[in-house]
Amino acid sequence: MTSPDTPAPLTGWTGRLDATRRRLAGGELGALPVVVGLVIIAIVFQSVTHHFLQADNLTNITRFIAGPGLIAVGVVHVLILGEIDLSLGSVAGATAAITAVLATRHDLPEWLAILTALATACAMGLLHGLMFARVGVPAFVVTLAGMLAWSGLQQYVLDTGTVNNRHDGIVAGLDSTYLGDGDIAYAWALAVLAPALYLAAQLRTARRRTAAGLTARGTADSALRAAVLAVLCLAAAWVLNQDRGLPLSLVVLLAVVLATDFVLRRTRYGRQVFAVGGGVEAARRAGIDVARVRISVFVLSAFLAGLGGLFYASQQGSADKELGGGNVLMSAIAAAVIGGTSLFGGRGKTWSALLGILVIQSITTGLDMVHAAQAIQYMITGAVLLAAVVLDSVSRRTRSATVRT
Amino acid sequence: MTGSPVLELRSVCRRFGAVQALDQVDLTVHAGEVLALVGDNGAGKSTLVKTIAGVHPVDTGTIHWHGRPVRLTRPQDATALGIATVYQDLALCDNLDVVANLHLGRERLRHALLDDVAMEQHARRLLDTLAIRIPDLRAPVGALSGGQRQVVAIARAMLGEPSLVILDEPTAALGVEQTAQVLDLVERLRERGLAVVIVSHNMADVTAVADTVAVLRLGRNNGVFPVEGTTQEQIVAAITGATDNAHTRRRARRAGSGEEEAA
Repeated sequence: MTSPDTPAPLTGWTGRLDATRRRLAGGELGALPVVVGLVIIAIVFQSVTHHFLQADNLTNITRFIAGPGLIAVGVVHVLILGEIDLSLGSVAGATAAITAVLATRHDLPEWLAILTALATACAMGLLHGLMFARVGVPAFVVTLAGMLAWSGLQQYVLDTGTVNNRHDGIVAGLDSTYLGDGDIAYAWALAVLAPALYLAAQLRTARRRTAAGLTARGTADSALRAAVLAVLCLAAAWVLNQDRGLPLSLVVLLAVVLATDFVLRRTRYGRQVFAVGGGVEAARRAGIDVARVRISVFVLSAFLAGLGGLFYASQQGSADKELGGGNVLMSAIAAAVIGGTSLFGGRGKTWSALLGILVIQSITTGLDMVHAAQAIQYMITGAVLLAAVVLDSVSRRTRSATVRT
Repeated sequence: MTGSPVLELRSVCRRFGAVQALDQVDLTVHAGEVLALVGDNGAGKSTLVKTIAGVHPVDTGTIHWHGRPVRLTRPQDATALGIATVYQDLALCDNLDVVANLHLGRERLRHALLDDVAMEQHARRLLDTLAIRIPDLRAPVGALSGGQRQVVAIARAMLGEPSLVILDEPTAALGVEQTAQVLDLVERLRERGLAVVIVSHNMADVTAVADTVAVLRLGRNNGVFPVEGTTQEQIVAAITGATDNAHTRRRARRAGSGEEEAA
């Protein structure tokens, strides 16, 4: 080990650059490859189509990512455990189907139909979790069975085919609602508030750490990060306000990502999830109820998949047999991995779901705009996924090679 | 040099089916004493350690803790008394950093959220008092060297303020420098007045750090030696059961039994 006992305080630009370089060389790539990838995608499609970066197109991308993004957030949790959940596409489809059938054919109030369907999704997750954690069936097999069974349930519930969303109902509004009917104040307020809160939280943590005699991030460093965040948020707000304002679907996805990120990083439960993903035996000996953690994660992922299914239904205007089929599940898993969540368990952030699904949706939208065939889209998305996994494996190897003494 | 007995086992027996794993074993550990538990494979070292750790309750025999008879039927019993066990596989989460690993299962909270500041402070203080040097407490444990991981595992055991620490093969698979690091830590535990039981195969480590060597052979006591005044050969002889010497063994071989060939 070459680094000194206490890491040198990050003073000035050279120190910060140095630390960043060391982190990158050590394989801690973070969000960098994805961000670079997004920039490249944007440049390529903008230069080919000349209207990829237009406000309406970017707004549509932020709306389309809600469904798969929510499912991907659940996938991140499961991957952190070091497991896989193959049933999420079917859970999404079944939830959408149950909601639609209860609300239209059985004339239940729509909110009650939604709650019932989401509760059903949770029950599916609970079943997967119990089978996996208590009975000991591998998660891969349990959720494979779930994938088949819930897809069957979806078709059984729908019976004769497609059920349209209620006109002006809750489900219909998920996709088409803009906060304040497109009032630009919402996006601007969010774009100003988010970096300000971030900066405040950073400074508060730094003050506490300094008071406790621990190394703390410098004020300049925090300010720089907040500034970068502010630029991103303001740019996004500006683009959204050029079009129809802040979409509800984007707000929901961001809220879920933020909330789950907070729970994973700052609560005892989140620590337990990472502990189980990093070493089951160690977690068990530390007194963690491993089965409970596992079950809870499968319930959460099924719940988020159900929620995602409602957004899918909202976008296509109906619930049908196809919803949640096709490459919905694979996109969600790919998004989590492209965003930087490790397939090997124990490492990941829910933000990676957001970044990953942005990459996938940008590629899909861009290729749609140049009228590329579906076949080409699959191949390109596949290549991107492979690149992301290769990056994960290589960075994992570099990490263990450079840091070990 | 050593204080009152912390732990006293008398005539402890433990049977697994047809196998008598422990047969009338006695063991005494004092405060401020490092006791090395040695023996061949299958001699009963692990079983004995697990009876002390509460994993395998004894069939017959008595256990005294600070002079008081106790029953150890569950691992929690041992932990509650102040017996900490560091197993060979360490039980650390590779993806979590040192601070998180030290506090795993007993996180400190502030307003119902993890209090990282307090935990890092506490970790730093704990490692300082044990004179453990880890360059970066925020590095994932998987990135540490084997010696550092072992030291972190021992520090983690110290969080419960035990008065007896059991180390199962703490230096197995470690390099020279790392072994020295771990043995230094064992000496510091003794200086703090703890009783330490080390299970080891390594004679050099045993004689370097232990005060007393207890030998097990085929589930029975086969001698307790003070390290000072005992040669490694004597200990090895007790381990292998060759309580005789080279001459008797040559004679035995000439007699053609061939039983002791392997020894």
